[in-house]
Amino acid sequence: MSEPKPKQDEPIKRMLAPVRLEFTVSAGRDKTAFLGAIIEGRILGGRCPSCRKVYVPPRGCPTCGVEMVGDIPISDHGVVTTFCTVSIPFEGQTMKLPYVYASIVLDGADVPIFHLVDGIDAKDARMGLRVRADWRPPAERKPTMESIRAFVPTGEPDAAFDTYKEHL
Amino acid sequence: MALTAPYVLEYTYRRSVGPVVGQFLTGLRDQKFLGMKTSSGRILVPPPENDPETGETLSEMVAVGDAGVVTTWSWVSAPRKNHPLQKPFAWALVKLDGADTAMLHVVDVGEGGMEKMSTGMRVRARWKAERIGHVTDVACFEPESPQAVTR
Repeated sequence: MSEPKPKQDEPIKRMLAPVRLEFTVSAGRDKTAFLGAIIEGRILGGRCPSCRKVYVPPRGCPTCGVEMVGDIPISDHGVVTTFCTVSIPFEGQTMKLPYVYASIVLDGADVPIFHLVDGIDAKDARMGLRVRADWRPPAERKPTMESIRAFVPTGEPDAAFDTYKEHL
Repeated sequence: MALTAPYVLEYTYRRSVGPVVGQFLTGLRDQKFLGMKTSSGRILVPPPENDPETGETLSEMVAVGDAGVVTTWSWVSAPRKNHPLQKPFAWALVKLDGADTAMLHVVDVGEGGMEKMSTGMRVRARWKAERIGHVTDVACFEPESPQAVTR
C-alpha cells in the first residue's frame, strides 16, 4: 500500500488506517465433498430427510434445521429462473460487458445456484431459458465453481413458468 | 479432511486526522513531539482536542522532549507479523520529558530481553530517517545510554 508522500512543508491532514483480517476458511464436510465432485465434473446435492428438498451445494436444511443425507447426484442441466444483466464496470471484473448472471435451478435440485450465463446475447437472457454447464477441461478444474466456465443455452424449448415457479 | 483456503478481508481506509492530531503528526514528521497545554497548565501527549477535565476546546501546543520515562510496560516475546518490531520488544507507556501524561509506543532493548526492562527506566526515541507524519515515524524507543542521561 502506498500513499503519495506529503510535501515536507505541508501539514499532515490524513493517515492510512488499514484494517486487514486474515482468515483460513474451512469448506466443512459437505462442501468439501461438493467441491471434490466439481473437480470430477459432477454436481452433488443433499436431501433434507424432513422436507425432502434437495439443496445444492449440500448443507444443513435451513428450514428444518436438520442434517441432510447422502450425496445426491444432480444434473448439470437446468433452467434460468431469474437473472441480472451486468452493464457497469467495477474493480476486479473479468467478464466483458454486458454479461448475464443468473439463478439456475439444476434438474433434480430445489434451490438455485448462481452462475454466469454465456453463449447468448445479454438482451436475449430470459426466465425459463434451458442451460447446461460448460465445464473447463479436467486439467484446469479446481475446487471452485469456476471449474464451470459458464452455463450455456442447450437449445431446448424454454421451460414453462409453472415448472420452476416454486423455486424462485 | 475438509478443504481450507486463505481469505483476506481488507479495508484500505485513509482517514482525516483533524487539526490537533494533524499537528501532532506533522510534528513527528519534523522529528519532534508536540503536546497540548490545558488551562490548568498540564501538558498532555498525545494531544487531545478538548480538555479532559473541563471539556473546553484546547489549542496551545507545546514541544516536549523526545526522551522520557517508562511508566508501565508489557513484554512481547513472540512478535506477530503486524507488530512494529520483528524481535522481542515491549509495549510501553512513555512519559516524555515535559509531559504530564504517557503515550503508548514500543521499546527495543537491543541485546538481551525482558530483564533489560524496568518501570522508571529512561528511554529515547529512535526516529526513522524517512518520516511521513505517522506514529511509526518513531521506529521505537531505546534505553537511554547512562552517559546521555541529564537530569
